[in-house]
Amino acid sequence: MSEWTKHDLLDLQGLSAAEIEMVLETAKSFREVSTRDVKKVPVLRGKTIVMLFFEPSTRTRVSFELAAKRLSADTLNISANSSSLSKGETVLDMAQNIEAMNVDLIITRHSSAGVPKVLSENLQASIVNAGDGCRAHPTQALLDMFTIQEKLGRIKGLKVGIIGDILHSRVARSNIIGLNKMGAEVTVCGPSTLMPIGIEAMGTKVNYDLEEVIQTSDVLMLLRLQKERQKDKFIPSIREYAKIFGINAEKLKHAKKDVLIMHPGPVNRGVELSADVADGKYSVILNQVTNGVAVRMAILYLLLGGKQQ
Amino acid sequence: MTVLIKNAIIVNADKMNDQPQDILLEKGSIVQIAPSIKNDKATVIDAQGKLVMPGLIDIHVHLREPGREDKETIETGAKAAVHGGFTTIMCMPNTNPVIDNAMIVDSIFKEAKRVGLVNVIPIGAITKGQKDEELVDIFELQKAGCLAISDDGKSVVNSQLMRLAMDYAKMANILVIEHCEEPLLSAGGVMNEGKMSTQLGIKGQSGLAETVIVARDIELAKYLDTKVHMAHMSLRRSVELIRQAKKEGIQITAEACPHHFTLTDEDVSSFNTSTKVNPPLRTKDDVAAIKEGIKDGTIDCIVTDHAPHTQEDKEVDFEHAPFGMIGLETSVGLTITELVEPKVISWAQMVEKMSTAPAKIVGLEKKGVIQEGMDADITIIDPQKEWEVRREDFVSKSKNSPFIGRTLKGQVTTTICGGKVVYQA
Repeated sequence: MSEWTKHDLLDLQGLSAAEIEMVLETAKSFREVSTRDVKKVPVLRGKTIVMLFFEPSTRTRVSFELAAKRLSADTLNISANSSSLSKGETVLDMAQNIEAMNVDLIITRHSSAGVPKVLSENLQASIVNAGDGCRAHPTQALLDMFTIQEKLGRIKGLKVGIIGDILHSRVARSNIIGLNKMGAEVTVCGPSTLMPIGIEAMGTKVNYDLEEVIQTSDVLMLLRLQKERQKDKFIPSIREYAKIFGINAEKLKHAKKDVLIMHPGPVNRGVELSADVADGKYSVILNQVTNGVAVRMAILYLLLGGKQQ
Repeated sequence: MTVLIKNAIIVNADKMNDQPQDILLEKGSIVQIAPSIKNDKATVIDAQGKLVMPGLIDIHVHLREPGREDKETIETGAKAAVHGGFTTIMCMPNTNPVIDNAMIVDSIFKEAKRVGLVNVIPIGAITKGQKDEELVDIFELQKAGCLAISDDGKSVVNSQLMRLAMDYAKMANILVIEHCEEPLLSAGGVMNEGKMSTQLGIKGQSGLAETVIVARDIELAKYLDTKVHMAHMSLRRSVELIRQAKKEGIQITAEACPHHFTLTDEDVSSFNTSTKVNPPLRTKDDVAAIKEGIKDGTIDCIVTDHAPHTQEDKEVDFEHAPFGMIGLETSVGLTITELVEPKVISWAQMVEKMSTAPAKIVGLEKKGVIQEGMDADITIIDPQKEWEVRREDFVSKSKNSPFIGRTLKGQVTTTICGGKVVYQA
């Protein structure tokens, strides 16, 4: 396999299919580390990784932190928001200050699209995007692809349905880009008011008929519906949303027999997924969480080490 | 001060002279235009190889004084204006406090007079405090010297209030300028809603926010049989609506900004906050339509919407950065590079869009034409000169331009305002 050359992970637009493949391969070898008694390998000993989160996050942050620790890197957590910046201080100021303490890699999340890109243009440290606005969440898409490959043995040629609030979803956008690169066929489904204009241009079909999407998909990826969407009047009610776009055991009867049910979490039980489906035999939601650590180990390792194990 | 411009190729909106002329300026007026003028006491400017135009007029500028003098002042704005070839600028009232009474209007005139470089004419607000609640004292502003009123920065959303404002302004003989944006439809969007906002994951602002107000105001102008001027048009659909309204004889005039005929929403993918403007940068198709509108007269004039912001204010994430870019010092270069050079418009049309038409729209009777008896406001341009836009060359207090690094053709060499040379390259 070729050498890893990328300095940052900002989005999947920036990775080739071969590079995605390399991440998934590397993750495979790291997954075993987390099953050991001593869950640690010394490959990033002496490296410093800072998690600079401008948006609240538990899962993603914990996943990254475990990934870094299992690679023996030193980690530091900064939960900031606009109000915790001193007056007149910008995000860039703060990042530059952190970098000045000789940090090797910064994992960042921000509610505004483009922040990781701007940081990468101004800093020497590697930048990993842990989510920027509605734009990109590359590690989530990578771990989703890893899970699909693990469970179904391939990605190429599969039909993936992404269901829910596509408009506000960085997970959907990164998955559309990544799955396309890996040869899957993506269809998005959700209320028309939560469907962004021109999403087809990113490489997906749009289908408002959930039943049809359920019948034809190998993978069903559900997105979390934020309760605020009703307040913002994008949908008439959560109740109607659950009825029309939620998935329950009854609706799933028409699905392919080895369909995968995926969700980036946390699940709104009873809204996008009924509890029996979320916990049911098709659900791989917890596998996604487990694989998330391995995939993030792979990303950190590749960005900071650059060589295959 | 007496100024004699020698060898001037005079460009007026109706005609570009092929024979060089001399122009004599005295006591603030153009006193003589002839093939050869002799005057021993005059300061001589040789315009050989240059184009001599009536002083450029920008009827849409933000000077930030009073209130945000850290971004721009009347003085720094005036310096930027003459550097960019403008002899008259009209400043929008969204200052702090808002320009909504005669006292503030007087203070701006007074400061502009002290600075002395350029004609600064404040635009009054339409509603008190730009709050969309009560009309300003419109006669008072008109008598104080305002030629136009506008709530620029936002629309008059209350349609009944806008109807009353337009009706009253007609009686008071003052122009109403509308910033066309229905805020419930723009809904917090920070770039054009479309393929690019979808790809970039940035909240989009639908073009509907602009076009519903354009359509509403056309209806109001028709019903009231009065004038209304549409600020910074950015969409194909707006151009179509205005073109149709003009065909029907409705008294609509409209302006467009250089950035709306130069840049598209694809430029936002840099996340450079200088590309964040309101109305937002639109699509290639809209840019083409704005150019067509400028060419066929649907868009009457070119304005900058010069909107200075400090580096501190702009150096934040895209979503939280304020809207606006500076424009006074790049307008001539962009107009020549994007419109005149590619033959979208002629030199005469450039003068029409940047001087004659704006003078006529706001009622500046002694400006906009080079002719004996008119005000001695003159802009001289080297049409061949190529130059790079550099951050350090901006005279404006703010540097928020997305054009830094771009090479433009056509540069202002001399600006003369009221018979005085106020800028020379």
